Amino acid sequence: MSDVTIPPSDSLAVLEKQRSTAETFGIPLAVLLEITHRCPLQCPYCSNPVELDRSGKELTTEEWKKVLSELAEIGVLQVHFSGGEPTARKDLVELVKQASEVGLYSNLITSAVLLTRERLSELADAGLCHVQISFQGIEEGLADRVAGYKGGHRKKLEVAKWTRELDLPLTVNAVMHRQNLHQLPDIIQMSLDLDADRLEVANVQYYGWALKNRAALMPTVAQLDECTEIVEAARERLKGRLTIDYVVPDYYALRPKKCMGGWGRQFFNISPAGKVLPCHAAESITGLEFESVRSNHSIAWIWQNSEAFNRYRGTGWMKEPCKSCEFREIDFGGCRCQAFALTGDAANTDPACALSPLHETIFKQAEREAEGETSRFLYRNFAGGTLESENGT
Amino acid sequence: MAGPRHISVSEASRPVLPRHAKLKYDETRKVWVILAPERVLAPDEIAVEVLQLCDGKRSVGDVSDQLAAKYAAPREAILADVIVMLQDLADKGFLTEIREKTS
Repeated sequence: MSDVTIPPSDSLAVLEKQRSTAETFGIPLAVLLEITHRCPLQCPYCSNPVELDRSGKELTTEEWKKVLSELAEIGVLQVHFSGGEPTARKDLVELVKQASEVGLYSNLITSAVLLTRERLSELADAGLCHVQISFQGIEEGLADRVAGYKGGHRKKLEVAKWTRELDLPLTVNAVMHRQNLHQLPDIIQMSLDLDADRLEVANVQYYGWALKNRAALMPTVAQLDECTEIVEAARERLKGRLTIDYVVPDYYALRPKKCMGGWGRQFFNISPAGKVLPCHAAESITGLEFESVRSNHSIAWIWQNSEAFNRYRGTGWMKEPCKSCEFREIDFGGCRCQAFALTGDAANTDPACALSPLHETIFKQAEREAEGETSRFLYRNFAGGTLESENGT
Repeated sequence: MAGPRHISVSEASRPVLPRHAKLKYDETRKVWVILAPERVLAPDEIAVEVLQLCDGKRSVGDVSDQLAAKYAAPREAILADVIVMLQDLADKGFLTEIREKTS
């Protein structure tokens, strides 16, 4: 028996078999549904775009139900209900029920702070298969400050407990950065105490909100080296008890990450307003038009034929140094959103790559920021962000 | 009531997939898959056949008897293979078992 998926950041893999998916663009196995951008938390590294979709633009219940049926029909096997905070939608139970009815495996990716035990139980009854709860730290002082939400950490611990009581598998998602990396050993212990099945140690990826907060979040090289050592030791020690997936930061790497498994190769997500996107940050790239499920096109057509998906698919769009690089089909030139954010052109080599002419400059700057004094956050919200006050409130 | 986790598979075990691991035929790709949290496993034909028999009622011994009869193969060899395959799945957290009530 083979485990065909790759690590969680791109666990949304196509069943590859022996054949290259670059030739076939098979429908992804799993799709991320960002059903709302509303969220009571204000994490400064939120993966949502800086320009958030307001609730009036969100797809209706009927529209999401139609999306779910269509996804199942074209061969998607799993959906991740995410956000924003997916439980902020009143119709979540109905949507999970629909997913179950059409045969989709459903995951809930949540901050947990809006859940009651009763609602979680309704979600389980509706067929929810797995719950992933984000944690911002190990104790409420730091965790609630990062989330910009008082009482959040305590509530998360409670919901994690209910999750296991209801016999749902639990993943702890811990987003790591300079201000909480020292808590990693305790986060691993907390995951064991909560009887979690999986722990995702996800270093912040720096686009959108996180890029705005880079100076407050960027870890030092020493911190990252230690983080990697801790994860590797824990994996060995906890084999068979806790699966640890590790998303490495790419800023200090020499080779860029194979972002999304390659643009338009094995992943898409749907935004609150119904846009079908090659990556949850893709809307940060200006000049690309993304088709919506509200258009006359089917989701399969958008995946296969839309201009935005084909723009950076494969290797044909590449410039030097990617074009002639021996790794071009290994990492597909890294992350298009990061290339755009840092160089102004998404077709440039991701500066995380040592072959990028900008690598040296940008990463020296990040290193300086990591050693700097800035620790105030710009909190994520619909108003374009609010700067944390001097005394940390 | 949930089945136990971290099980040790033996001839007497009565294994079953837990609710979060779903065996399903993927009509689009024409393959059997096991859907699990953030994972899709691709079981081979033998594994699929074994898992279809693992209903929480049959023991691993019963399953092996059935397969030995069907394939006219030595039972001991089949039993050993079935245990290895199921233990691997259990170690990944995708198998539980039904136990006799002790109270």
